[in-house]
Amino acid sequence: MRNALRFRHGVHPPDSKTLTESLRTKRMPFPDEVVLPLSQHAGNPAKLLVQVGDHIERGDMIAAADGFISAPIHASASGVVEEIGLWPHPNGGYQDAVRIRVDPYSAQVPRARLLPEWEGLSPKELVDVVRDAGVVGLGGAAFPTYVKLMPREDTDIEVLVVNGCECEPYLTTDHRTMADFPERVHLGIRIMMKCLGVPRALIGIEKNKPDAIEAIRKTCPDDLDVEVLPLTVKYPQGAEKMLIKALLDREVPSGGLPLDVGVVVQNVASIATIAEAFETGLPLIERIVTVTGEGVAKPANLIVPVGTKLIDLINACGGLTKKAREVVLGGPMMGTAVSNLDAPVLKGTTGVVVLTARQIRAQRQYPCIRCGHCLDACPVFLNPQKLGNLAMAGRHQEMQDEHHLRDCMLCGCCSYVCPSNIPLSQLFGASRAALKRTAAPA
Amino acid sequence: MDVEAVLRAVLILGGVGLAFGVLVALAHTRLKVYEDPRIEGAVERLPGSNCGACGFAGCRAFAEGLVEATAQPAGCTQLGADGIATLAAYLGVEAGTAVKRVARLLCAGGANVAVQQAEYRGLSTCAAAAAVAAGGKGCSWGCIGLADCHDACDYEAIWMDAQDLPRVVPDNCTACGDCVDACPKDLFVLMPMEHKLLVQCKSALEGEAIEALCKVACTACGRCAADAAEGLIEMRSGLAVVDYGKNELATPEAITRCPTGAIRWVEGAQLPDTAPLAEMVTT
Repeated sequence: MRNALRFRHGVHPPDSKTLTESLRTKRMPFPDEVVLPLSQHAGNPAKLLVQVGDHIERGDMIAAADGFISAPIHASASGVVEEIGLWPHPNGGYQDAVRIRVDPYSAQVPRARLLPEWEGLSPKELVDVVRDAGVVGLGGAAFPTYVKLMPREDTDIEVLVVNGCECEPYLTTDHRTMADFPERVHLGIRIMMKCLGVPRALIGIEKNKPDAIEAIRKTCPDDLDVEVLPLTVKYPQGAEKMLIKALLDREVPSGGLPLDVGVVVQNVASIATIAEAFETGLPLIERIVTVTGEGVAKPANLIVPVGTKLIDLINACGGLTKKAREVVLGGPMMGTAVSNLDAPVLKGTTGVVVLTARQIRAQRQYPCIRCGHCLDACPVFLNPQKLGNLAMAGRHQEMQDEHHLRDCMLCGCCSYVCPSNIPLSQLFGASRAALKRTAAPA
Repeated sequence: MDVEAVLRAVLILGGVGLAFGVLVALAHTRLKVYEDPRIEGAVERLPGSNCGACGFAGCRAFAEGLVEATAQPAGCTQLGADGIATLAAYLGVEAGTAVKRVARLLCAGGANVAVQQAEYRGLSTCAAAAAVAAGGKGCSWGCIGLADCHDACDYEAIWMDAQDLPRVVPDNCTACGDCVDACPKDLFVLMPMEHKLLVQCKSALEGEAIEALCKVACTACGRCAADAAEGLIEMRSGLAVVDYGKNELATPEAITRCPTGAIRWVEGAQLPDTAPLAEMVTT
């Protein structure tokens, strides 16, 4: 019998998932217009391929990948390109985007595409299909997936880790993907294992999703070494380094990648999208988004066309309630608040959480009392108290050189436990931004 | 008591001491580096705040530059005319001429004219707010108003007005560039005082899109470009851009038809008001 699967440190925030965890995913009606920013992924923005006035079908490529770390962008609905220009982006700024007026009479049936029989393809060809489908990590960081599928020749990958933790409070996107589409997840795992040539896959799912564990277990294939491992519930287990520690008891070195310990980690939603690209021939143009929180009238798990404006998405869930005060993209621990509901859903948008005034009330900040709670919470064993003092003194370089600021993943555990309400995680984010500014030539 | 042992110890220690003494004495004369005494004198006559606006790594480096004639006394932006004259007289060199530069803010969107789309709560610095939906301001290029520049300024040259906009006091500004580094929106530029035509906006949006967010933004209507001398002002990505290489062609005519007042003819302080003294004292 193995020991309980766990990583050290971390926190236990209330998971607040009951609002949506048992709701089956539904398809959202097509909105009147979709807005597709050219920058939706980590890496270079995509290169524009269309012009104003072009009529495009659902699934057509409207922007091509630019460089190695980049991803193409496809139209998520049939219609006419109405405008190409600056549009509010969820990050708070304005970015170049393609606005498509959706044709209300279109059947939204995609143009017939060649459906590749995936079994006959070589790993190289499989990776090309994934790249051309614009698949990026759907867990939030939106890193182009195909890059992960073609590691360097000299690396030896032993295990594919499938990330079904979804430790972030409120979100049930991955949960519903596993519960509603378990076969798709398994097909995706099969394809990924073939691409990478790995013999073994582990699926880590937190124990607060018994129906997902059940569904995935039931559909496990007999001919592959795929194992489902239920994990104790803890935040931030969904961070890949924590998950590897919990499942395999291996530690990814500071500044290293999971590849350094022979592991590739992929989130279940991305894996299901890979399978979908082969099942339907459609690129990544829609995704499951959890719309939840006490500030939304009818919380739901929706299949949403990428590029749907947040206001349309929220209205599809009955609109905001009177109590709604703050709209957060992603979960409350790591997500960011948005200031403009015209901003669209991106490929990496996991959820829209609407919080109420009572939940976001500002708490008074007190001086640090050196209790050390933050040290016990930090999953990567940093010293947030020391880092916090340095950040407040503006000594950003020292934080990076001597206190491993780069290893901080801004998970927010330190801010969560701090009894003095010091916004540590935000301080670290600001320090990192300051370092980036000084590193980049002005 | 063994006198011999005591003597031996005294002799050895004394001998060693003497030998090193001679070495030090030799080193002092043989390895001496000549330093111009004027450097020390010049350092004494400089402000000593090491602001770096002269382009040298602090006041001492500037003093060395003065003595080597790679710099002129007027290069110090803090001394003032009298100080420069004294320094020039001490060194017996030309005072030289310097262009007075000041920090200018490329935004005039104070709380009274710019739309605040969302309320920002959290760490009260511009750097932190910039990461959370640009602090909730409608115009994501605009000044956030949480005074990072004011905190960075060592010369009481920046004060925050009632609309949460930083105001630069030209007389106090040494053009050291600390505010330029502090602003997460890159809104400060160091400009010679004789660059009087100033576009106080950085938004890339044009026309009604930006007018809806800020009453004093540049809408890229192009009137100033039409009214100014040929080639002086050019419209580029939603903004009027002044070519300061042709600054001698600039006249106040260019701003007369600006519908929002985004382009201004600036003499002295960027905005007309002067600093209330009380606020200066509390900084």
